Amino acid sequence: MEKKITIEPVTRVEGHGKVTIYIDDEGNISQSRLHIVEFRGFERFVQGRPYWEAPVLVQRLCGICPVSHHLAAAKALDVIVGAGTGDGLTPTGEKMRRLMHYGQMFQSHALHFFHLVSPDLLFGVDGDPIVRNIIGVAKKYPELAVQGVMMRKFGQEIIRATAGKKIHGTGAIPGGINKHLTQEEKESFLKGADPLNADKMISWSVDALQFLKDYHKDNKDFIDNFAAFPSSHLSLVRKDGALDLYHGVLRAVDADGKKILNDVDYQDYLNYINEEVRDWSYMKFPFLTEYGKKDGWYRVGPLARLNTCEFIPTPLAQKEFEIYKAYTNGKPNHSSMHMHWARLIELLHSAEVIKDLLNDPDLMSGELTVKGEKRNEGVGLIEAPRGTLFHHYRINEHDQISMANLIVSTTNNNQPMNEAVNHAAKQFMTGQKVITEGMMNAVEVAIRAYDPCLSCATHALGQMPLEIVLKDSSDKELDRKRR
Amino acid sequence: MNDQVKFTIDGKQCTAEKNTNLVEAAKMNGIYIPTLCHLEGVKPAGSCRICNVKINGRFMTACTTLVVDGMVIESNTNEIQELRKIIIETLFVSGNHFCPACEKSGNCELQAMGYKYQMMVPRFPYEFEEKEVDAKTTKLYIDRNRCILCKRCVRSIKSKDGKSIFAIKGRGHKAVINIDHKLANQMTDEEAMHAMETCPVGSILRKERGYVDPIGSRKFDHKPIGSEIEETVTVK
Repeated sequence: MEKKITIEPVTRVEGHGKVTIYIDDEGNISQSRLHIVEFRGFERFVQGRPYWEAPVLVQRLCGICPVSHHLAAAKALDVIVGAGTGDGLTPTGEKMRRLMHYGQMFQSHALHFFHLVSPDLLFGVDGDPIVRNIIGVAKKYPELAVQGVMMRKFGQEIIRATAGKKIHGTGAIPGGINKHLTQEEKESFLKGADPLNADKMISWSVDALQFLKDYHKDNKDFIDNFAAFPSSHLSLVRKDGALDLYHGVLRAVDADGKKILNDVDYQDYLNYINEEVRDWSYMKFPFLTEYGKKDGWYRVGPLARLNTCEFIPTPLAQKEFEIYKAYTNGKPNHSSMHMHWARLIELLHSAEVIKDLLNDPDLMSGELTVKGEKRNEGVGLIEAPRGTLFHHYRINEHDQISMANLIVSTTNNNQPMNEAVNHAAKQFMTGQKVITEGMMNAVEVAIRAYDPCLSCATHALGQMPLEIVLKDSSDKELDRKRR
Repeated sequence: MNDQVKFTIDGKQCTAEKNTNLVEAAKMNGIYIPTLCHLEGVKPAGSCRICNVKINGRFMTACTTLVVDGMVIESNTNEIQELRKIIIETLFVSGNHFCPACEKSGNCELQAMGYKYQMMVPRFPYEFEEKEVDAKTTKLYIDRNRCILCKRCVRSIKSKDGKSIFAIKGRGHKAVINIDHKLANQMTDEEAMHAMETCPVGSILRKERGYVDPIGSRKFDHKPIGSEIEETVTVK
């Protein structure tokens, strides 16, 4: 008789989800599902609101990377106010937004690595959950914990200086930005007391990368093979093929690295991307229309970005990118756990970009906004920390939003996360009669690699109310364990 | 000198010109009496009731009362401040005020009053009444969810030939603010901006202006409402 295991809630991810794993009579995994049980409804309730409200309203989707939503919405509205499709802003407008975005990328990646992932690496996947958390890290590795906290603080301060607030600011407005960077802010980020300055952030990013590379050396099999599976990858890239997290054209490559979406204008994304609804999750399943529901799914996020781009336009990150690419002989990387490696290369890249931008005089003076001929529709895409984020709005003749379509990064990674859960379950649970803490966490580790943001900013620390329910195929409960 | 009258507010000896309303008279003596509907130079309406004070032992609205010789006024007492807080709370629960996404946030007098009176949570249930927005004019967006019916716009925003651009439609709890589309479409950019600034909340918005005031430079980002009159004003 088939058995069903439920892991609920999935912990140390942003938001709430649950996992169901079905085991047949022989102890083989027959099916695994990651259910997203939240429903937010932003696409509906922004309708009727004035369009300029969208960047401030919609960012409330999240408390971890609201800047992504803030900027993606602002980019869509740039199109509506006639400020071009991503390249029409004033130098000040574009660079201030870039600084805001890279500040966010830096803080979000630091948060994910130090707060959410490092406990698994430092204490092991099957480590005691009482200590396998950020509090445990702070007690045993205080220097590392402090680094994580201070790196996040630096990124948050960049956001405050550009958006007005660390969380849910108002900086990006249709057609540009509402403020300059002050001399005082610039000085504090470039020459701030140790450790809160750009040079230290670059140096700590290099250290974090080294920490992961050392861990990789000692745990090759786990890092290379855990929840590894081939897939296509999608992201924005700069027109010349460089990694660009703020703006670019849409590119997808297949598992062998062949371009299957060739640098298209994202204003036309509906011609290339579709979404499937499945009755067991509130989260849709996007796919490349040309390749269909079964084969058209793709991954987004750091792993995908380093698979689609050709180079990184900052020196230290480029050097690390070359080492990273050489590991897979230049072919696309399909290891879920290499997502952490890719994320830390982006962390370093973000720190370098922040330093370069801070030295740019355009941040301190110049026109803030630009407007042109108004349109009634606009699409804004951005590479959020977790992957490609789509915002699409239409407005009526009275300036009210009449349609909104959001495809958030985690939605793009829906099928990949389900694949990762299935691979982890097969690796750790096949033929097992007793479900251990390590097995449960292995499933979470696979999901956590994608840094999913399940639509809210729930952080759970310490002891988790993790529960496993064993059920037969008729949903009758056979056993229940709770920690 | 005959035009001057003497009175006390909370025991403080004050003087003001005859025929000055009490809100203005208090202001001249460095005392802040909170208001939401009062607008300097415009005939008072007494509609928000926040300026309630006790004059010679009786409750009266300060904006509609002219100061006279010998008046004994109580303003900053526990009883009166609590009454004002109740009024602020009723304004919040009877509208749909979502400050986090409102572009008037930081410049909103009702929000500033909520902070001043430390309204953590209203004691009354939210009404969550469905209210219509009117986006049909070219320069203004009217959001009735946020309107507190102070009538500032009705009393002060007029067309060039003196016609009212705003009016109250309906009575009692069905009363809503209405805008004359034809007259509103004739407003200049400056007049439309003035209408937005006249509104104490985010009910009248200048279209396409959005969030141009960065956080940190908004009216109440650093100083509480009333501090321009009374630096050390504290709510008991």
